[in-house]
Amino acid sequence: MKTTTSATAGAIALALGLAGSAQAGTLEDVQARGVLNCVVSTGVAGFAYPDDAGKWHGFDVDFCRATAAAVLGDPEAIKAVTSTGKTRFTKLNAGEGDVLWRNTTITFSRDVGVKLRFHGVNYYDGQGFMVPKSLGISSAKELDGASVCIQTGTTTELNLADYFHSNGMKYEAVTIETNNEARQNYLAGRCDVYTTDASGLASTRSTFTDPENHVVLPEIISKEPLGPATRHGDDQWSDIVTWVLNATVTAEEKGVTSANVDDMMANSKDPEVLRLLGVEGNQGSELGLSADWAYNIIKSVGNYGEIFERNIGVNTPIGLARGLNALWTDGGLQYSPPFR
Amino acid sequence: MAIASVENRSSIASLWRNKEARSVIVQIITVTVVFALVALALRNVAVNLEAIGKEFSFDFLTAPAAYDITFSPFLDYTSRDTHLIAAAVGILNTLLVAVCGIAFATLLGFTMGVLRLSGNWLISRMAYVFIEFTRNVPVLLHILLVHGIVVTTLPAPRNAIGIGDTMFVSNRGFYVPAPVFEDGAGIVGAVLVIAIVAAMGFRRWAKRMQDETGKIYPVFWICTGIVAGATAVAFLAAGMPLSWEVPALKGFNFKGGMALKPEFLALWLALSYYTSCFIAEIVRAGILAVSHGQTEAAHALGLRPNRTLQLVVIPQALRIIVPPLVSQYLNLTKNSSLAIAIGYMDVVATIGGISLMQTGKEVETMIIVLGVYLVFSLTISAFMNWFNRSIRLKER
Ligand SMILES: N[C@@H](CCC(=O)N[C@@H](CS)C(=O)NCC(=O)O)C(=O)O
Repeated sequence: MKTTTSATAGAIALALGLAGSAQAGTLEDVQARGVLNCVVSTGVAGFAYPDDAGKWHGFDVDFCRATAAAVLGDPEAIKAVTSTGKTRFTKLNAGEGDVLWRNTTITFSRDVGVKLRFHGVNYYDGQGFMVPKSLGISSAKELDGASVCIQTGTTTELNLADYFHSNGMKYEAVTIETNNEARQNYLAGRCDVYTTDASGLASTRSTFTDPENHVVLPEIISKEPLGPATRHGDDQWSDIVTWVLNATVTAEEKGVTSANVDDMMANSKDPEVLRLLGVEGNQGSELGLSADWAYNIIKSVGNYGEIFERNIGVNTPIGLARGLNALWTDGGLQYSPPFR
Repeated sequence: MAIASVENRSSIASLWRNKEARSVIVQIITVTVVFALVALALRNVAVNLEAIGKEFSFDFLTAPAAYDITFSPFLDYTSRDTHLIAAAVGILNTLLVAVCGIAFATLLGFTMGVLRLSGNWLISRMAYVFIEFTRNVPVLLHILLVHGIVVTTLPAPRNAIGIGDTMFVSNRGFYVPAPVFEDGAGIVGAVLVIAIVAAMGFRRWAKRMQDETGKIYPVFWICTGIVAGATAVAFLAAGMPLSWEVPALKGFNFKGGMALKPEFLALWLALSYYTSCFIAEIVRAGILAVSHGQTEAAHALGLRPNRTLQLVVIPQALRIIVPPLVSQYLNLTKNSSLAIAIGYMDVVATIGGISLMQTGKEVETMIIVLGVYLVFSLTISAFMNWFNRSIRLKER
């Protein structure tokens, strides 16, 4: 019901022109409003979830806060616009959100067909399978004939079809709308397997009462580069989101953290750090932001590594290692273009 | 000049005072405003799509859908088929649940409507409580409730409840043997059709005889006899050309046989019993509206209670029942769009959901979905209008 109505509402919004912000001027809109609207998921532990008080937390939410810190100087000035896999782009394109930070894979059809702007990768992921240990399965190749819980409107739904098709296996697709419903159906035994991004599996498993009784199979069947998205037609806003992400990565690379950022600002000799923090040059005003935009991000939310470790790192219940998401200097793929 | 304009004004004023002219003017204005709004909306769609660089086109329908739909009882669908075929699967699934739902809701509704009028206090109270509880809870919750019960309380396939080793009940569905037709089954089918035609002929004839001579034949029993008898004889003569494919557990799931899937079951049952409560109230009102004098008059004529109900009360009650019944059927059909909540792949979940999402064609896919519901609704209305006319009071 909810999604049907919101899809229809999205279509109607397109029709009635409530989507006035589809054009340029997102920055002015956000600053006039004083609040940044971020399209996030309906709830994935570690990535985007509300606490008991209704305050949102998580890896994706922190990037939303970083954006708000850059644009409004206040990481708390955000509003979470929840969306299922199916409704997220409609909500973004209809103007309900200014930017999307929601476990979203960058693909050709989303970039070119759905007309989104992507701005880099905040999490390099791949699709995996989770099964109860009691099934005694050790490879995805043994899943012929299984019932598979899958979230509707995702890339994982398409990868799943391709994977079983190309391996000559059959399966029953149990198509589900949200991560939470998938979790319930999986635990109730409606499906044998839950498949989604490996990060999503780790996150979902961490919410089980008996995580040790479930295993993630070794096969990773796809590339899922997850990143933020915005609408077409506003280059300035696109640049801002791109460089918010880059700022967090560069900060980590340069060793700038929320703890030492003031010290760095005062004492650093590295010209790139000084440009990043707005001490030298005028990159902030070129973006249409204040000079301390990146300082605000790092001071209030931290650098990429801090965001990662705080929400989903090995010392959290989610327990994800940096892996592909380590800096390129540490053998990973996180690599920011220079601030020059 | 001045005089002319005064005259003009007074003629407009008099036009306004004229009731007929006024209503024409108001209608013209209304139509103009409505058209202007529609045009504005369409223009806005075009402008907004343009602003984000999207073109309006249905070309995507011929591209491979690339997603799987496991529940497709009518079409052999694979992920290599097009979005158009995926839409067709969704439309047929919507149709399936709507038709089954309408049938079951009607049956249940009429039964409960009658039970509500029962002289037995306990029965009528129970029907009352059920109706009041059900219709005051949103239908989405009923759907989730039934689905939840099926999925969480029934055992997994490995521990399925077997009924005589041929039927199995599990949280992945209810499995029953599937009929397998062998050589000669076609003949039996043909005999069945002929028998039905013959039975209908007999019914006609019996009615004419009753009109002419007043003699009443036990039409129902004779018709049943003709159909069942002829088919049974043909079945035996053709050497019983029917066997059963029994479901069996293979690997993760049952294979073979026919299955009632939890998603279909939940949607079908919930929509049916929810709608049946409204139908029950309509039926009760319809029956109560036939004045008691009619029944008494029929009794006075010597009609037995059964015949009184059949010939006097029901035909009159139907006239009151049918119009509101139509809107219940329409509601049920539209409510079936809640299917996605439990993963039943109807038209909203397929073309209006996954296809929409994968192609980014919000406006186009929503137009298709709205069109489908419109066609369904108009068809139901047309059929019920026809039915309503056929039971109308025939004045002689
Ligand atoms: N990366 C994939 C899948 C994203 C996805 O939907 N992941 C799930 C599981 S981690 C999720 O975020 N669910 C959140 C929700 O149900 O709201 C995509 O972009 O299509």
